[in-house]
Amino acid sequence: MDYANLFIKSIFIENMVFAYFLGMCSYLAVSKTVKTSLGMGFAVIFVLTITVPLNFLIDKYLLQPGALAWLGPEYSELDLSFLSFIMFIAVIASMVQLVEMIVEKFSPALYGALGIFLPLIAVNCAILGGSLFMQIKDFSGIVESGIYGFGSGIGWLLAIVAIAAIREKIAYSNVPAPLKGLGITFIITGLMAIGFMSFMGIKL
Amino acid sequence: MNRDSNSYTFTFAALMVLVVASVLAFTAHSLKDLQDDNIRKEKMQNILSTVGINIDREGAENLFNKYITEQSAVQSDGSIDNSVNVFKDVNLALELKKPAEDQDFPLYVAQIENEKYYIIPIRGNGLWNAIFGYISIKEDLNTIKGVVFDHVGETAGLGAEITQDWFKERFIDEKLFDSEYNLMGIKVSKTNNDPSNLDKSDHEVDFISGATITCDGVTDMIKERINHYVPYFKSIKESSNSLAVSMQEISKNEIKLN
Amino acid sequence: MSKNKVLLTDPLDDNNPITVQVLGICSALAITVQLKAAIVMSLSVVAVMAASNVIVSILRNLIPNRIRIIVQLVVVASMVVLVDEVLRAYAYDVSKELSIFIGLIITNCIVMGRLEAFALGNGVWRSFLDGVGNAFGYGAILILVAFFRELFGSGNLLGIQVIPDALYEMGYVNNGLMLLSPMALITVGLIIWVQRSRNRKLIEKG
Repeated sequence: MDYANLFIKSIFIENMVFAYFLGMCSYLAVSKTVKTSLGMGFAVIFVLTITVPLNFLIDKYLLQPGALAWLGPEYSELDLSFLSFIMFIAVIASMVQLVEMIVEKFSPALYGALGIFLPLIAVNCAILGGSLFMQIKDFSGIVESGIYGFGSGIGWLLAIVAIAAIREKIAYSNVPAPLKGLGITFIITGLMAIGFMSFMGIKL
Repeated sequence: MNRDSNSYTFTFAALMVLVVASVLAFTAHSLKDLQDDNIRKEKMQNILSTVGINIDREGAENLFNKYITEQSAVQSDGSIDNSVNVFKDVNLALELKKPAEDQDFPLYVAQIENEKYYIIPIRGNGLWNAIFGYISIKEDLNTIKGVVFDHVGETAGLGAEITQDWFKERFIDEKLFDSEYNLMGIKVSKTNNDPSNLDKSDHEVDFISGATITCDGVTDMIKERINHYVPYFKSIKESSNSLAVSMQEISKNEIKLN
Repeated sequence: MSKNKVLLTDPLDDNNPITVQVLGICSALAITVQLKAAIVMSLSVVAVMAASNVIVSILRNLIPNRIRIIVQLVVVASMVVLVDEVLRAYAYDVSKELSIFIGLIITNCIVMGRLEAFALGNGVWRSFLDGVGNAFGYGAILILVAFFRELFGSGNLLGIQVIPDALYEMGYVNNGLMLLSPMALITVGLIIWVQRSRNRKLIEKG
């Protein structure tokens, strides 16, 4: 089934962090401990899984050239794709606002634990990137786009938890002072990315 | 007015949407012609480059109108439809999704001095996203005159190198069909034992190191897209064969009469 | 005046968006394969940041708190769409190279970051300077990384061959790995190393 291929591809081969380098800011800033990374990762999965299919529908029925044909034949010439960025961003920001309100109401403990990470998701380039890639990739349906969003989120979670685990360990190593913290994290991420390149040749 | 009140928030949001939508719509509308023009000229530029005419975007339109003498749509059954405006109306990406009976495949015919060339748009899948281009075939409906490739998002320095001249040059003069006129295509291959590319009937060219998947995509794209035109090409060959046969008949009769 | 000058000079070293504030990483890595793309991206970001900082600063007393983030995003998004439309009309070749990354300027954390941290609470002229200063700091790193990647990765600068043929004949080969994004990460790591060795204030404690 193509869905399984798409799922595996979006986690490993087209990993948001190591193949496309999206979501790096939060990735580098939040990865100081595994616990916070997990929280951030789950939030990213949730937002991606919902916004990618939602934006797929918006793109298909509103934005694409000829998409508005369902309103009437005189609208089939309209091309609203220049509104893509704004519409996607609006959906994402609203989604994040909604998630914030829901989490605050139903699980104040979780809300406190996630803290500032929740609003930070609105500017996580991986989220917008997911929707923009979905637009290029031309999925056949909402299920496919949902799987892509879900898989991309999982890929991001794997990446951030991995680097957090490593950062926790190297806190005890002899890293030269100017490299400590951010510098060595960049280098390690680069090396992990090279490792992930081994997935590139896999044809599913 | 209280900045945090519902009515204020709502009014602000509504106004903002109105202003933004108008400004963007106005910009998109005024710039659309220029943008479409760029795309159009680039397409002409690409088509011309496959027959060896390299011109910048500005001069492309004139030369295109000068050298491209026919534009038609080839159907999957080998018939040809001259009423379709293939340059403007046929988007290969969308066309490939249609059922076979509805598909229109663009064919451009170029006439340069005494040489005639057939130019075909091609499209396929690279590593990350789509790859596409044009391929021009000489009058023998077999030898490649030239190619041009482009891509959406192949890796810079690797797959993206298909756009470079040194890669495109490998395809010049290669044969697409074998001696029985079966479509062999061109394999962009690791195992091509012809580094100087001297053998033009081996249906192979050297690949790009590190860009295996993109190169496989090029191989597939060439074969699959040209395949649509084979019935039509065969019919041209047949009619030129029968023309040659009847010419022979006529000259034989002339000899007899004399 | 020097209080304002600091807005332009701080982001070049002490408060560099990429190497200190950890903002704007994504496009910084992806767009630095060729020097020309890095330069165009930097200029686009300067335009977007200057414009959006000014607009948000003008509106800062009018924006309702509840939709603050959305309004900021909409302002930035509109600026980016304008830049994209203009590039596609007047600099078509460049727009092709930048494709998806133009859209990502919207979520370039530097832009949002400065709107939140500065433009919402400061006057128009100072916000303008802050936006331009940070964009220059971002651009400086971008151009530095692109310089090394294009030079060592393809032997060119701005598309023109720079490494002499004589060197190639002696056996020198372009380092293809430099063209791939992981090396961009490592290059930035090395730049951070050099920067913090020279500017000891920036070294992380603990």
